[in-house]
Amino acid sequence: MTATLNRVPAPSTPTEATKPGRSRWFKDHLIVFVGALGLLYLFLPIFVVIVFSFNKPAGSFNYTWTEFSFDAWKNICQVPGMCDSVLLSLKIAVLSTIAATVLGTIAAFGLVRHRFKGRGFANVLIFVPMATPEVVVGSSLLVLFVNMGIPLGQVTIWIAHTMFCLSFVIVTVKARLIGLDPRLEQAAQDLYANRVQTFMRITLPLILPGVVSAAMLSFSLSFDDFIITNFNSGSEVTFPMFVWGASKKALPPQINVIGTAMLLIALLVVVIGRFIGARRAKAAR
Amino acid sequence: MTALAHVPPTGGAAAPPPEPGRGNKLTPYFLLLPAGLALLVFFLLPILTLVNTSLQSGGLEEGFTFSWQFSNYVDVWADYWPQFLRSFVFAATATVLTILIAYPIAYMIAFKAGRWRSVLLVLVIAPFFTSFLIRTLAWTTILSDGGVVTGFLRSIGLLTITDFVGITSDSRILATPLAVIIGLSYNFLPFMVLPIYASLEKQDVSLLQAAGDLYASSWAGFWKVTWPLSLPGVVSGTLLTFIPAAGDYVNSTFLGSMRESMAGNAIDALFLRIRDYSHAAALSISLMAAIVLLVVYYVRRAGTEELV
Repeated sequence: MTATLNRVPAPSTPTEATKPGRSRWFKDHLIVFVGALGLLYLFLPIFVVIVFSFNKPAGSFNYTWTEFSFDAWKNICQVPGMCDSVLLSLKIAVLSTIAATVLGTIAAFGLVRHRFKGRGFANVLIFVPMATPEVVVGSSLLVLFVNMGIPLGQVTIWIAHTMFCLSFVIVTVKARLIGLDPRLEQAAQDLYANRVQTFMRITLPLILPGVVSAAMLSFSLSFDDFIITNFNSGSEVTFPMFVWGASKKALPPQINVIGTAMLLIALLVVVIGRFIGARRAKAAR
Repeated sequence: MTALAHVPPTGGAAAPPPEPGRGNKLTPYFLLLPAGLALLVFFLLPILTLVNTSLQSGGLEEGFTFSWQFSNYVDVWADYWPQFLRSFVFAATATVLTILIAYPIAYMIAFKAGRWRSVLLVLVIAPFFTSFLIRTLAWTTILSDGGVVTGFLRSIGLLTITDFVGITSDSRILATPLAVIIGLSYNFLPFMVLPIYASLEKQDVSLLQAAGDLYASSWAGFWKVTWPLSLPGVVSGTLLTFIPAAGDYVNSTFLGSMRESMAGNAIDALFLRIRDYSHAAALSISLMAAIVLLVVYYVRRAGTEELV
């Protein structure tokens, strides 16, 4: 990031010299304007989600604005089954993040640090799940579980989530590992660090940002997954499954409260992450 | 994946990084074993089981038997071709729309945002922080018949045109193809912005200056330099958008009606409601095969081998 940031300001001067004046200014700002419109499109629904968490809907569907109220925020768990579904989603997201991150990080090491027979096949096997539509992944797992006589439930959701998060973890950690200079580890070993010490004090801290972002990605993928879960949940209800069911019966504003809270927590995590990153960068300097 | 080229050169004949020692040959297999096993058992095996199921005959009561029942495929194609067609038309339209919306966003962030760049990048992925289903439901409010957006588009006469084209009907947006396409292009927009941004961000600005020095207008400079160099980003963004969009059925359920149901709706109904597994599997495999064929064709056409 820093390297690119340094690169940006310098070149603008010569280009401006070749292309004079107003039309260029207009073009420059036209793209900013169109881009900003695009961002607006991106935020419109989020804005609606937040605003409607303060709605007091007249009917059972929170689709039209009636009046402002804090009711939904005060009585989040009043909606039967919703908070349980959030807890289940959290539980499954944590468990599948742990499994996928551990398995994926180990596999990423194997792929980046070694040349071996079958590496191409391994890469394809990792890539294809990401390129397969969720309905196909979900339905194929359903058929497998039914054929093997495994009852659908939390375990099958966990297996499914771990599986589809795995590829994303491997790809993310791999990218970080490729950028890691192996000479740093060699230097540590030259200084008589053993393998464990090298890993704990050099390798792990250096790839940690990659591992953390892979874990965060898995967590959000798992927490938010609907389609694959729908095929493998049996009678278990995760939060997305709850929303799906609610959309057919009654849509309370509490659902928007959860959506808003998720957004706030995630933004908080990002801000804290940036803060830590900035501090680490400062310390390193 | 592309970055493989950046693997730092390791001196001489020494095998990649450290650890020269016993068992070196087997280490990668041990490292890959757990994840590889997970993917083999819970991705590859299920797909093979799905193929097997798609060729079975029978029902839930009498049991399924494998019988090379290719007629399952003929049956589902005959019954569900409209859903299939819709999946691909909606997903393709949404993808094109997504490129049109995502490119200016990515361009703005890469070249015009200055120090706001990282903030804007976080904002682009912010939609992912709220639930996919809740975001889609929010569009029901935005596009509702009495809403501001529909009212405005109706008053400027745009809905009359879209009615005429057939992507809306009765001057409303909800429960029409347009609503589903808007929902699809919205939901996968960050998947398009990020790869385009990544390919724009690493472009060497001096190339564009060179074009300017050679008297290319900024428009020509864009089409001859920036756009071709950003194509890898557009291609991977297209895949990341088109594939999930073609398989999606949340948007068509929430924003469309029965008339907008897509292949995913049919697969979901066949598996979970009708429980006709063999036909459902045939439909699922057909969807996957169609997508794979299209993607391979597209990647060949686009000429980017650096994806895998």
